[in-house]
Amino acid sequence: MIENRPVSTAISHFVLLAGVAIVLFPIWITIVAASHDVARLLEVPLPLGLGDQFFENLKQVVGKGVEGSTPIGIMLFNSLVMALMIAFGKISISLLSAYAIVYFDFRFRMLFFWMIFITLMLPVEVRILPTYEVVAKLGMLDTYWGLTIPLIASATATFMFRQTFLSVPDELLEAARIDGAGPMQFFWDILLPVSRTSIAAMFVILFIYGWNQYLWPLLVTTDKNMMTIVMSIKNMMEALEETPKWHHIMMTALLAMIPPVLVVIGMQKLFVKGLTETEK
Amino acid sequence: MSDSSTKGSSQNPSHIRLKGVEKIYPNGYKAIHGIDMEIEEGEFVVLVGPSGCGKSTLLRMVAGLEDITHGEVYIAGRKVNDLEPSQRDIAMVFQNYALYPHMTVYKNMAYGLKNLGTPKDEIDKRVNEVAKLLELEELLNRRPKQLSGGQRQRVAMGRAIVRKPTAFLFDEPLSNLDAKLRVQMRLVIKNLQARLGTTTLYVTHDQVEAMTMADRLIVLKDGIAEQIGTPMELYDRPETQFVAGFIGSPAMNFIEADLSDDGNTLQFGDTKLPLKEKLSNQTSKITFGFRPEHVTLSDSGAMSLQVNLVEHLGAESIIHAKLGDSPITLRLNGHIDAKNGDTLKVDIDADRYHFFDKNAGIRI
Ligand SMILES: Nc1ncnc2c1ncn2[C@@H]1O[C@H](COP(=O)(O)OP(=O)(O)O)[C@@H](O)[C@H]1O
Ligand SMILES: [Mg+2]
Repeated sequence: MIENRPVSTAISHFVLLAGVAIVLFPIWITIVAASHDVARLLEVPLPLGLGDQFFENLKQVVGKGVEGSTPIGIMLFNSLVMALMIAFGKISISLLSAYAIVYFDFRFRMLFFWMIFITLMLPVEVRILPTYEVVAKLGMLDTYWGLTIPLIASATATFMFRQTFLSVPDELLEAARIDGAGPMQFFWDILLPVSRTSIAAMFVILFIYGWNQYLWPLLVTTDKNMMTIVMSIKNMMEALEETPKWHHIMMTALLAMIPPVLVVIGMQKLFVKGLTETEK
Repeated sequence: MSDSSTKGSSQNPSHIRLKGVEKIYPNGYKAIHGIDMEIEEGEFVVLVGPSGCGKSTLLRMVAGLEDITHGEVYIAGRKVNDLEPSQRDIAMVFQNYALYPHMTVYKNMAYGLKNLGTPKDEIDKRVNEVAKLLELEELLNRRPKQLSGGQRQRVAMGRAIVRKPTAFLFDEPLSNLDAKLRVQMRLVIKNLQARLGTTTLYVTHDQVEAMTMADRLIVLKDGIAEQIGTPMELYDRPETQFVAGFIGSPAMNFIEADLSDDGNTLQFGDTKLPLKEKLSNQTSKITFGFRPEHVTLSDSGAMSLQVNLVEHLGAESIIHAKLGDSPITLRLNGHIDAKNGDTLKVDIDADRYHFFDKNAGIRI
């Protein structure tokens, strides 16, 4: 690993570059497709270079929207609300349940721990029908709550926070107890700030998880004004019985990528720290 | 003991009092076996013993961080068994300092006061006072990460002092520092405590630290208080063989010996040691102890030792030798010219003999 031989350096660079190319190629195709007009996209071979319609397409998609679809602004907003609600909701619930499991010695603690563990095996896709029925009966179809609560109600992040809390030295709790901090004060004043990098890492992961939700939003939203951008891309391809407007669809896809990218870039430092830092 | 809740009640001279304190951990392990002890107001008491003997456990029971299985703990006249740590009016310094990593030095020190509802300007005044006392003024805006070990140590002390508690509890506060700093901080802590006059219970496994800092010390072994006394009491008259071996450096020499029937002589190997006073014990099996520094070289000496190794420390020499099969250490002033294989004749100061029952390890 630490050896400094030119051959192995060259090979590892080659492997890395190949990996980057494989990841970037579809994105490049998306950008290319978003920069041509629809006629060019139906010709073979498909273009590999940029066209001159990029800003034209952008104006069209942002200004008028894709034909037969909800205005892009509304969909971006819906997606944003959904991703944020899922990220914040999951983080809040997971923080509290991890706090309870790590710091409190209550009856059936391990039972609760395993119950939470089991939710890992039951993502929404597995329990989709009963969940739909519950949401429908509660009258939450076509609401943000209906979009997010079933996705929040699983405990994936609990485990990460449990690990984080376990790595916090016991002496911090003891020092805080001597300093007169009650349980909630310790949670707010000490535990959360000390765990902030893990929380940030979890936020990034969950924001993207929320943003990319497809199946569930498709099921619970029928109102056009509740559509999210990710599900709408699929709809656009099937909308109207005519050839898909690839240039607009790709432009929408590009726009849909921007918020997650911004979140990742904005929180990159904390994110990496949160996933790699072991000492609190 | 009245159940008065007045702080530092004067009718009760002992400031911290343990009565039959026992600790059984949830896994059934009995870490503390019934300890009774009284600490006077302003006293500096050191709990010393080998690692795992229950020092931290006992200290943490006083702090309120561990439940007290049996017995009672009183602090400043109040029974504190059922009080939260914050209600006991104590402050604790941890081995790894346990500073809040995300708070500045100032906030670390202010946190406890803030939780007590102390007004802001009062907090400010006190933190600055303590910062001055501990020479932390320049560091108030730093985070713990940006401090050296010694500085963190002082912040941890500052956090304890700023609350003006009725007692300080220290759990091996110097063990993470290098040797030189440790000696320095020993003095700093001792001086500070004398100046503030705050009752202190201090845990360490280092007997030198214990001897130099303590007004009185408690030697703990396997959860039992072997002996409580001033450093000189423990040095001059250890009640058990364990205390005798634990206190003093280099450690006391022990020789298995037989007591003559009349109780007037002690025999080990070829050596016959006449005793100044008649000794009586149930069995004739005796452990004879003497300290390395209570020996003089003498051509007519009663004991002949085989030298193994000599350490020259300049002012003194440490000689590792053997008497028959028993290893013996001598500590003699100045430069002693001896080498491996030499025979040394020595006399032991007859006033400094220690005798222990071989089986029970109790002083005779
Ligand atoms: N939470 C616990 N559960 C069970 N045994 C413990 C626990 N904490 C400490 N012990 C045991 O109690 C004994 C005393 O521990 P401790 O007070 O930490 O020793 P010291 O501070 O003197 O090194 C040790 O044998 C240790 O293994
Ligand atoms: Mg300890």
